[in-house]
Amino acid sequence: MVDSPTSANQWLRLRGRIIGLVIGVLLLIGCFLVSLVAGAARTDFNTVWTALFAFNDSTEHVVIRTARLPRALIAPTVGAALAVAGALMQGLTRNPLADSGLLGINAGAALAVVATTVWLGNASMQFFWMAFIGAAIAAGAVYFLGSLGRRGMTTLKLVLAGAVLSYLLAAFTTGLLILSERTLEEIRFWLAGSVAGQNLEVFWQVSPYLIAGFAIAFSLGRQMTALSLGEEVAHGLGLRIGRVKAMSAIAVVLLAGGSVALAGPIAFVGLVVPHLVRFWVGVDYRWLLPYAAIWGAILLLLADLAARWLLQPQELPVGVMMTLLGGPFFVYLARSRVKS
Amino acid sequence: MKSKGTKAALTPSWLVWRSRLFSIRLDRRVPKVLFVLVLMILGVLIVSISYGNYFLPPIEVVRALLGQETTNPDASLLVMTLRLPRAIAALEVGMGLAVAGTILQGVTRNPLAAPEIIGVQAGAGLVVVAILVLLPALPLVLLPVAAFVGGLLTALLVYLLAWNRGSTPLRLVLVGIGVAAIAAALTTLLITFGEIREVSQALVWLTGSVYGCGWEQVAILFPWLMIFLPMTWGLARELNVLTLGDDVARGLGSQVEWQRGLLLLTSVALTGASVAIAGTLGFIGLMAPHLARQLVGASHAGLIPAAALIGGLIVVAADLVGRSVFAPIELPCGVVTAVLGAPYFLYLLLQHDDR
Repeated sequence: MVDSPTSANQWLRLRGRIIGLVIGVLLLIGCFLVSLVAGAARTDFNTVWTALFAFNDSTEHVVIRTARLPRALIAPTVGAALAVAGALMQGLTRNPLADSGLLGINAGAALAVVATTVWLGNASMQFFWMAFIGAAIAAGAVYFLGSLGRRGMTTLKLVLAGAVLSYLLAAFTTGLLILSERTLEEIRFWLAGSVAGQNLEVFWQVSPYLIAGFAIAFSLGRQMTALSLGEEVAHGLGLRIGRVKAMSAIAVVLLAGGSVALAGPIAFVGLVVPHLVRFWVGVDYRWLLPYAAIWGAILLLLADLAARWLLQPQELPVGVMMTLLGGPFFVYLARSRVKS
Repeated sequence: MKSKGTKAALTPSWLVWRSRLFSIRLDRRVPKVLFVLVLMILGVLIVSISYGNYFLPPIEVVRALLGQETTNPDASLLVMTLRLPRAIAALEVGMGLAVAGTILQGVTRNPLAAPEIIGVQAGAGLVVVAILVLLPALPLVLLPVAAFVGGLLTALLVYLLAWNRGSTPLRLVLVGIGVAAIAAALTTLLITFGEIREVSQALVWLTGSVYGCGWEQVAILFPWLMIFLPMTWGLARELNVLTLGDDVARGLGSQVEWQRGLLLLTSVALTGASVAIAGTLGFIGLMAPHLARQLVGASHAGLIPAAALIGGLIVVAADLVGRSVFAPIELPCGVVTAVLGAPYFLYLLLQHDDR
């Protein structure tokens, strides 16, 4: 705990964390700018600057403002939201393999959006708020299923329940899409997890929910640290466990649901990032959560750049990129962290 | 040289055949269960063939199948060239996947093991998509071989990655989930790369479907089943012994590693061939063995044929349901089996946990 940094050691640690935070923010800004500059049409920083602050109607400016800017804003936002949601879930369930994608929460949000879209026959993402309802139902279901049985919640049971729930929800989604072929094209890329082709309107609509989610998450830092040490410890420290769990669950639903509404279901961000930043900041959630947000944002920006660059001139959905990066990491964790 | 129930007094629930070359012991329930299953399959097949855009009365279907004169002159054509091969392909796929799952569950002693869960199907599917995209000229007959190789490599990868001073069922399943996710992502990558025109078709195939299967597909799958199903049945006794655990099996004189390898190879071959024809059809390999075990017990000589028939029955029925619920639009039967299989898997998971 670094509440009162009296000793030299604690000062050093605090300084290291602050430096890390600054480096992270600088990197994030760098990635953001690269994401604006890179693309099929050649542009440089100058053009980007004028496009943002001295807009004229040239093609380059329009491309930057309508295609690249939304993307460069949505990718880090989604990355941060998913990473923080993952960190919260790992603390909440005390499960190293928790991730909103793996546990079926993203699939639930996606199904809800697709179902509403198909039902009401309008594909312009105006039903984004359904994502929150879908995420909440799926989160409740997976938590319930994962804690059924005599032994209570185990890592394996939760992950398996999540995997099967994802499978089932994805099958429903596929079925719905096949039944209404019209929406297939519009939604297919989004369903693979993509930050492309979204406009800023949706971004502004979703951002209040995401901001609320981040606010709740960051306010829970101290409590989450205690909770991640185990319920007995948390209880001993005088924590109101039920309240903390409920709050963090709300934050997870807001963050995961919001990011699905923006970019479709993207898995593994919430798994990879918290584990990576733990190397730097350890288990203290007051630092873990902001670090996770920053590095989640960086990771998704980089993944999106790679997804654009890999199969030029075509683009991969960034969700595919994340799975290629995150899958091996999951296998590594399954090998090393899961005691059988 | 049959002597039925020689030990009737001692073990009243077993049927025993003995001859000089081989002997076999079956649960007493087996013949009756198999008989009922065959009847059910015939029933569902006939209904499935009757049903379609153009409804044929079942009696017409039976006549057409038996080669008799039908009142509707088109009935024979419709049945023999369009609907029958599709139904038979469904039956074959179901049998293959069910036996593949039975082997996996026996060999790994893991009630949750199934080809789709440990990543074999995803690996086979990846290779099939890769071939469709990169080598479209490859003859269809070789597709099952490619799928077999893909499934085999994936199975090896999962097994090696799950090996950490010994292998445990739980780690195997977790690693399988991770590897399956990677394979699925690579499949998406290939589809994006290849710009498969009919994305909706690719989607249907990936969900598992016997849409558009004709006699060609039936014929491709047939030799795989003819080789590997009898082979598995012949290895039933070895499977029984392996189920008891490696130490017991060794004590009983089994060459554990060799037999396990052969059985796993068989399982992957059956999965690969099925995936090549019908895509990644989920949960058959999980459900069928469990259902069969409840009907005929755990001894593999009876379990294998019962599971095969149940698997076939499920896929034929799922195809029928997928075609009929939202007609005229077809749901791939993979969606139907997922809706059935996912809750069943959760049920098994909880049961396993309570043990």
